[in-house]
Order: sequence, then C-alpha cells, then structure tokens
Amino acid sequence: MTGIIEAHNLRKNYGSLVAVDGISFTVRKGEVFGFLGPNGAGKTTTMKMIACVSPRSSGVLRVFDQDPDVQPAEIKQRLGVVPQETNLDPDFTCFGNLATYAGYFSIPPHSAQKKADELLDFVQLLEKRDVEVEKLSGGMKRRLILARALVNGPDLLILDEPTIGLDPQARHLIWEKLKTLQAQGNTIVLTTHYLDEAARLCDRLVIMDHGKILVEGAPADLVKQHVGDEIVEVEKSAEVLACLAAHNIPHEVTGDTVQIATDSSREIAKILFNSCQPKKMLTRPATLEDVFLKLTGRTLRD
Amino acid sequence: MTHLFSVPPVSGRAIRVWHRNLVVFVRTWKVNFFPPFIDALLYLFAIGMGIGSYIKEVDGVPYINFIAPAILAISVMNSAFFECTYGSYVRMYYQKSFDAMIATPLSIEDVIAGELLWGATRSVMYVAIMLPVLFAFGVISLPLSLLALPLAFLGGLMFAGIGMCITAITPGIDSLNYPMFLFITPMMLFSGTFFPLTLLPVAFQYIAVALLPLTHVVAIMRMFTLPALSWTILLHLAWIAAVTILFCVMSINLMKKRLIV
Repeated sequence: MTGIIEAHNLRKNYGSLVAVDGISFTVRKGEVFGFLGPNGAGKTTTMKMIACVSPRSSGVLRVFDQDPDVQPAEIKQRLGVVPQETNLDPDFTCFGNLATYAGYFSIPPHSAQKKADELLDFVQLLEKRDVEVEKLSGGMKRRLILARALVNGPDLLILDEPTIGLDPQARHLIWEKLKTLQAQGNTIVLTTHYLDEAARLCDRLVIMDHGKILVEGAPADLVKQHVGDEIVEVEKSAEVLACLAAHNIPHEVTGDTVQIATDSSREIAKILFNSCQPKKMLTRPATLEDVFLKLTGRTLRD
Repeated sequence: MTHLFSVPPVSGRAIRVWHRNLVVFVRTWKVNFFPPFIDALLYLFAIGMGIGSYIKEVDGVPYINFIAPAILAISVMNSAFFECTYGSYVRMYYQKSFDAMIATPLSIEDVIAGELLWGATRSVMYVAIMLPVLFAFGVISLPLSLLALPLAFLGGLMFAGIGMCITAITPGIDSLNYPMFLFITPMMLFSGTFFPLTLLPVAFQYIAVALLPLTHVVAIMRMFTLPALSWTILLHLAWIAAVTILFCVMSINLMKKRLIV
C-alpha cells in the first residue's frame, strides 16, 4: 500500500545552503507522524514542500500519489495547514476568517457558513464568533488557525509547531482536538519542539538534524533502542566520576549532574551506593528528550 | 523556471482574492466612500474655482472643465497604485495574507492577479463616486463621460501592475515613498493634467508621451468628458494596453520570485 506522503531522497537548497539533504520517509493513512529536530534542522522546509508552497530542488515527493510540482491545486484542496506563524486575516472576525478561507476552497457560501459555525464550536470559540481576531489571546488564535485548517474537511493535516507559545491548558485542548481528529481517521503530520508533545501524539516520528533524518520509529521504540528504559541521575563529584570510570559504566556529564542510561537502574544504583558515595541520586524513566539530546547534542543552534 | 516575461498560469480562483478584498471594502465602506467624494470637492474648489478664476479658459475650454478629467485620471492612478503598493505590501508582509492564501488551492499567480484586479476595481469605484459630483457641478458631459468607468478599469489595471512590480522588489514599506515622490507626484503635475502638454518644452512633451502613463489616461479621459473624441484615442489605448500587459505579467512573475522560495 502506498502512503499518503511518499518522499524519496527529497532535497531542498536555498542557494548554497542545503536545508533538506536527501530525506526519505512514508506517512501512512490514519497515523500521526512527527518531525522533530533542533532549529534549522529542515522541518519547516519539509512541511512547506509537502504543502506545495515551496518547490523541491530534487528527489521524489508524492502527496496523495500526486506530484506537488504538477498538481498543487488538487493536492492543496485536500490539505489542512496550520502554519508556525499566526497568519489569520486581521480584517475579519473569527467567523469571517473561516467563511472567507472556505471560499478559497470554492466551498459555496451557505455550506461555508455552516461549517464555520461547526468548527468554532469544535475549537470552543463559538462565543467569540463575531469578535475581530486581533482581540483574541494567543491560545485562541492558535485554536482558530486549527479550525481554519479544517474548513475543507482535509484528508491530511499539516501542523508546524501547533502549540508553540501556548499555556498548558491551551496545549492540552489542542492535543485533545488532534486526538479526536485522528480518531476520525485523519492523517496528521506535525513538527514540534516539545518532546512530550511528540511522545504523546505521534504514532511514528523522525528526528532530523542538519537536513537529514537521524532516526525513525515509534516514540517508545526509539527511547528503548537509543537510550534504554531508565536514566539514573547523580550529582557530579570527583568520586562519582572516578568510580564510574573504574566500573566502566558509560555516562554523560551535563552541568553538575551525571546521567547514566540503563535497562536496569537497580543494578547501577547498587554499584553507586556501594562504592561511589553518591550525594543526590534519582532514577527516572528515559524519555524522548534523552534520545533527542543524545542524537542532536547539547549545543545551542540559534 | 519562471522568467520575467513568461505568461503566468492564472486560474479563475483569482476572483476569490478579489472577492475577499471587496468584502473588506464593504465592511469598511464609511472610510472608503468619503475620500473620493471630498477629493473631488477639494480639487474643484481649490484649483477649479481658485486658480480657475484667474485662468478662465484653456484652448477655448473653461478651466474647470479642462481639469475635471485630470481629477478623474489622477484618482485612477492614485487609487490603484496605492492599493497595489501600500495595500498589497501590508497584506503580503505584515498580515501574511498571501501565505495563508497559497496554502489553499489558490496559487501565488491567482493571488497576485486577484490583487491587480482589485486595484483596478478600486479605481473604478473612486471614479464612480466622483462622477456624480463633477456632473453636479456641470463640468463634465454625459453620457460619454460614463466611459470613464471602463477607462478607470483599464488605467487602474496599468497602475496596479506598475505598483505591484514595485511592491515585489521593495526592500521595505518605507522605500515605497520613493516611487511616490519620484514617479507619482511628477506625473500628477506634468501629464497634461492642470495645464496642456504643449506648454512644456518639446523634449519634455516627448518624454511625457513616451514614458508617463498618466498622460494617456488624461488624454482619453478628456476626450470623454469634454467631449472631444479623436482617432488618436486608439494610439493612447494601444499604449495603455501594451504597458498594462507588460507590467501585470512582470509583477506576477516578480512576486512569485519574491514569495516562492
């Protein structure tokens, strides 16, 4: 079975800068597929190529088994896009934004208006129906953008940092809505910086850096495969470091903590207690964040 | 690859963009209705009756009747040019409206074509509001002056295209001031508007005819409002048509180059 999106050796150059450096992936129908990576990894560029607004430099890209270079309008008719930047139309109310946007998909006015009200209800903005968008809070604007992306009943939803800058309440609401959409059979592709968000939402994801895909898989599998089950964190001291080295235990120093990834925290804890005189120590489950930092490093990108 | 002069593939969806601007225009009709109305009155009083009381006649025509078509032509120029420079730039850069639109089946070519059509429509609306005022003052003649409306559309499209080319290459909104005072203001004064072209030195007359688009709009407009039709209307129309096509095509290709990377 072919996927909703098929990319093979997909590449994008801006002049001499290589933004996306030959990536291949398949997004299957009905799944939530995530793109993770530090700033400048090429996530947004990939989203733009899928959304038919930025032509690829080379490689193969098929969306709904169509070529974005050849049939952009046909593909875009079936896409819902939530951009990173809030680009609601400030000349309209919430309702006006949705109704006008529906017009761009050639949806007749009557159905457009009905759909707009349904969607305002879906993202819990019905009481803001006739409010100018400039007066909305950041969270409301993001919800309205999500509603806008749904006006055409898309088969594929593309979300670029859907919850950026939102408070926890607003993030949870967006997550809940995305879960509902997935349950209704929508295919969703998203980028995010929030690794808890990715772990929570994505069926499968890729981690990108420097325009390349580093790993691909289900969040839990990636954690298990690249880090292990658990992380033991212990306060850094000369004794602890010497002791870990003596026992040949691989570890990573970050600031004043030492992290040891392991499948058996009990064993590590035992060794530490018995021979290393640790001060503070804690054990926690390994997360996607550990995988992310392990693969992309701790150096700041911006 | 898109070249400067390649024919852009515009679809009928462009009308959606035009319609969006129309809806906003209607929503804010109060601020849109009065400027042309006041404009017409200001020109008539200040230049027509003020300066006109000294001049009386130009080429056997009452001065106020001589400048009435110029007022219309200048409005055609200003409304379309302003709409497709400041108006389009704000929608493109500050409101990110074009980005939002091209995420739908609309292509960038459709979006820009819609904006150009809208710029021309603004000119038509401006003229449509001014015509009754000028007629009430008895300075234009009907019914031929009604042809000012289709002319406003054609001339408006030309200035929309020129404006959009500038918008496509401007580094920022402040730079849009340059074409305003280097191009629009001189044109407003030296295109046979408030005094006949023949008063200019011959070299300048050639320049005005060859390079200043407003010259041709004023000339045709005057033929309609006096009325004084002449076969030279065909030359003026041909000049406007050629320049309109050239700049509209270029503006779409330049905008695509700017926005699709």
